[in-house]
Amino acid sequence: MTGSRTHQGGIIDRNKTISFTFDGKRYQGHPGDTLASALLAQGVVLFGRSFKYHRPRGVMSAGVEEPNALVGVGTGGRYEPNTRATDLFIYEGLVAESQNRWPSLSFDLGAVIGLFGRFVPAGFYYKAFLGKPGLWKFYEYFIRRAAGLGQPPVEPDPDSYEHRAAFCDVLVVGAGPAGLAAALSASALGERVMLVEQDLVLGGGLIRDADSMEGLPAQAWITKALATLTERGVRILNRTTAIGYWDHDLLTLAQKLVEPGQAPEDGQAAQRLWRVRAKKVVLATGALERPLPFAGNDKPGVMLAQAVRTYVNRFGLTPGAKAVIATCTDDAYKTAFALADAGCEIVAILDSRSESPSEIVKAAVARFKVRFDTQILEAAGGPGGLTGITAEAGGQKLQLSCDLVAASGGFSPVAHLHMQAGGTLSWDEANGAFAPKTSRQNQVTVGAASGVDEANTSASGLTPPKAVDTKHSFVDFQNDVTLADIDLAWQEGYRSVEHVKRYTTLGMATDQGKTSNIVGLARLAALEGRPVPHVGLTTFRPPYTPTTLGLLAGHATGKHLAVIRRPPLFDLHTEQNPLWLPSGYWMRPRAYPRNAETLHAAALREARTVRQGVGWVDVSTLGKFEVAGPDAAAFLERVCATTVAKLAVGRGRYSFMLREDGIVMDDGTVWRIGPERYLLTSSTGGADRMSHHLAYVRQVLAPEMRVAIANVQEHWTGIAVAGPKAKTLLAQLAPDLDIPRHMSVARSQIAGVPVLILAASYSGERAFEIYAAGKDIVPVWQAIATQGTDHGGCAYGLEALEILRIEKGHVVVGGEIDGRTTPHDLGLDRMLNPKATYVGAPALQRPDLQSSAGRLRMVGLESETPIPEGSMLVSSIPGTPQGHVTGAGQRILEDGYVALAFLRDGSERLGEHLVAWSPSRGAKAPVSVVDPVFYDHEGARYRD
Amino acid sequence: MQLITCPHCGPRAQAEFEFDRAVESVLALDATEAEAVARLYRRENPKGWSWELWRHSAGCGVFLKLHRHTVTHEIAEVSLLDAAP
Repeated sequence: MTGSRTHQGGIIDRNKTISFTFDGKRYQGHPGDTLASALLAQGVVLFGRSFKYHRPRGVMSAGVEEPNALVGVGTGGRYEPNTRATDLFIYEGLVAESQNRWPSLSFDLGAVIGLFGRFVPAGFYYKAFLGKPGLWKFYEYFIRRAAGLGQPPVEPDPDSYEHRAAFCDVLVVGAGPAGLAAALSASALGERVMLVEQDLVLGGGLIRDADSMEGLPAQAWITKALATLTERGVRILNRTTAIGYWDHDLLTLAQKLVEPGQAPEDGQAAQRLWRVRAKKVVLATGALERPLPFAGNDKPGVMLAQAVRTYVNRFGLTPGAKAVIATCTDDAYKTAFALADAGCEIVAILDSRSESPSEIVKAAVARFKVRFDTQILEAAGGPGGLTGITAEAGGQKLQLSCDLVAASGGFSPVAHLHMQAGGTLSWDEANGAFAPKTSRQNQVTVGAASGVDEANTSASGLTPPKAVDTKHSFVDFQNDVTLADIDLAWQEGYRSVEHVKRYTTLGMATDQGKTSNIVGLARLAALEGRPVPHVGLTTFRPPYTPTTLGLLAGHATGKHLAVIRRPPLFDLHTEQNPLWLPSGYWMRPRAYPRNAETLHAAALREARTVRQGVGWVDVSTLGKFEVAGPDAAAFLERVCATTVAKLAVGRGRYSFMLREDGIVMDDGTVWRIGPERYLLTSSTGGADRMSHHLAYVRQVLAPEMRVAIANVQEHWTGIAVAGPKAKTLLAQLAPDLDIPRHMSVARSQIAGVPVLILAASYSGERAFEIYAAGKDIVPVWQAIATQGTDHGGCAYGLEALEILRIEKGHVVVGGEIDGRTTPHDLGLDRMLNPKATYVGAPALQRPDLQSSAGRLRMVGLESETPIPEGSMLVSSIPGTPQGHVTGAGQRILEDGYVALAFLRDGSERLGEHLVAWSPSRGAKAPVSVVDPVFYDHEGARYRD
Repeated sequence: MQLITCPHCGPRAQAEFEFDRAVESVLALDATEAEAVARLYRRENPKGWSWELWRHSAGCGVFLKLHRHTVTHEIAEVSLLDAAP
């Protein structure tokens, strides 16, 4: 096969030349050329090697369905593998390379697999390596090298991708004659219309066929239609593929702003993802031609008949000089005329149907050698192109010499979006095609996508000649699945089409079986002796064509992946250069190391300062909710599992909340800040969940209650001041303040800022949480830091907070409150409200949650060596796990290590000796089981 | 992405809403233990029409009752909660 450019014709701009490279060699093309057309026009035959057998492959199609001509395009971070050469418009400087070949495309060592005829049949890997895991490990490296497509890029993608939303009355997908007509009539009615086309140019089949329309030449009609649509304000997007049809008429569109591998202009995105909600959707997605099943149907030089016509009429080139047309449709006859008119020799037209009375066939009989009831058996040729074919007619064999086969095996309407939208299909037996039947959403299918013209095609293309060599007759070209593979799967008992698909990999390549699925289904149906629809169809999944991950990610990459919330004191912390820890969405200081201290050393110094003097910590991010109204106390007794109603004004208490299944959800404190006003705190990470839960109880469970809830998490920013000198420090900061006793509320001013003071302790020392409104907290922090430093105090971070709370035996959400623990497991059951008015009370009555037998209960662990975080508790190594460590720390002022842990029947096992073992870290520690409060058991230190 | 018509805010994308639970599994505060087990653990998982509780969390915050088809995702009804179900 030697392709060459014709002297005229096509819609390429012959006045301009673009140069590019393919496998390092320089080529030229014209604006409007695809990589495939530009290379075909310069006589290139071989485009790549196949997935499994490394067979030489050329170009099969002229569109997105291309399974053979896959290339890697671009360089560095812009490299894109597996790009269809037929769906890549050339640009100056384009760099493309062939894939899956070594050391070079023309001399490929992997092809020896094919030379020896040692084809790897369906299920080969399953069978060869079943029960022999060691063998797989040995061969995996070689197999993964041998089989495969392109390599992913290793460098980061330098480009940006946009997401955009749009709405319209009518969304038309596909700008062929049917889509253009739909857009014209919808826009004539004044509807807001969007028209999207995956190709660079509008016109679809009109460009391929160069027909006339309404008395105008195709190109003139398209130009006129485009002008009308533009005038009516229709939004037209070319190079835009509708990749998914989702719920309630939402479609996603992938728009290429530049071609794959091409650098966008500065500041411009490479691609754009549209989410379009349409009132009505018109699918004018056309139909795809199918290949014919014969031996060597994958060889370079065998192409789809419509694709050949596209190359002649659109790109002004002939892919070969001597062509055989093999068909079961009238459509392929148009290709014969187009080729002949372009100066190509038509060796023969081989039609698997009997003689037909249609006009085009009669005209062809008059001009060409047409043979009816004739099917191709085999194509001969190699990497350099075709040399000829063998056909069969009534048992007689026939040899023909040619360098191009234009094959038409019938058409499959593109029903992908219709099916994604929940539609159904009906089987057209005469044409051998599935066509849209009913729609679930507000969507219609028009044009070739709605069904195949009955008079012009036949299902006979789905039936290969009896004498065909099935081992070399390809069904799925991209995954190298042959007729023999499907036969084998059937013989081995695979009946469900979904199983055959997975066993043979039919339709599982990046083309998702666009050209192969129906051929494979028909083979399966023939084997079973059942009609095709009874065999079933695999699911049509989005995206319709391969989509880059960058497009889906949009801006959500790197630091834009998730929002970062900076608490109001963020800038002040930054001055001290702390180690940061993300906590929920918030960035919080983990520790403030001095003089190259390690995290651990800094945290221990900070914790010791709290135990011996005073420290202060940013607690702004805690969840905070104000609950007010005549029924506020009653409402809180629904939310909190502890009593609230008895709380006096100005007092607070520790509390926890349950889920409906009786498991602890969160914990915090509840404060009565007015006669009918309460402040409820929760964990930082649990604040959103608590917000939802409060709304649920308020709206769904207790709608009759007179209560209002305000989420004041970001209104009240706070600092906890803790330590034996905290009271002295506070007295200096707020001289007029009557220092509140433990679990009491006070209001005052510090540094001129009105503050709310809650005397609560998490560290085990006397402590005060000082809250101010938003950024007003800044001077308060500065005052505390200035005067606190005079007392030898320091700021402390989350790590010190953690060591302090573990030593004190306080539980934390995400640690001990892990979504599995009940109040009993945590030792909180004595605090439960006996009136049991709270959420979770009904389920908590379940005997399994009440009894301690067999449950993991919280205990403390002591050791002389560090206890590995997250380790399991065993009697001896190796042993059956009996529990696990949830928080490991150390004694702050004394020697020794401590941890909080959950141990089966733990509360009855105090005094036992176990091993905390972490095989994954290779760490262990002998531990003894003790009460989980390691410091100031009586609570003397935080009371005055 | 489903389109849910909030009675307060009008048609909004599903991303603004949060599925909460099946209406059937809403547990009254004074439920018995048996009722809790039935509603939490032994509820239907319908393939078809289902009554569901959603919340317009990123909008007005209201809890809504949806009559929704779990296979086709058709939404037949969206209503405010009149009283405790």
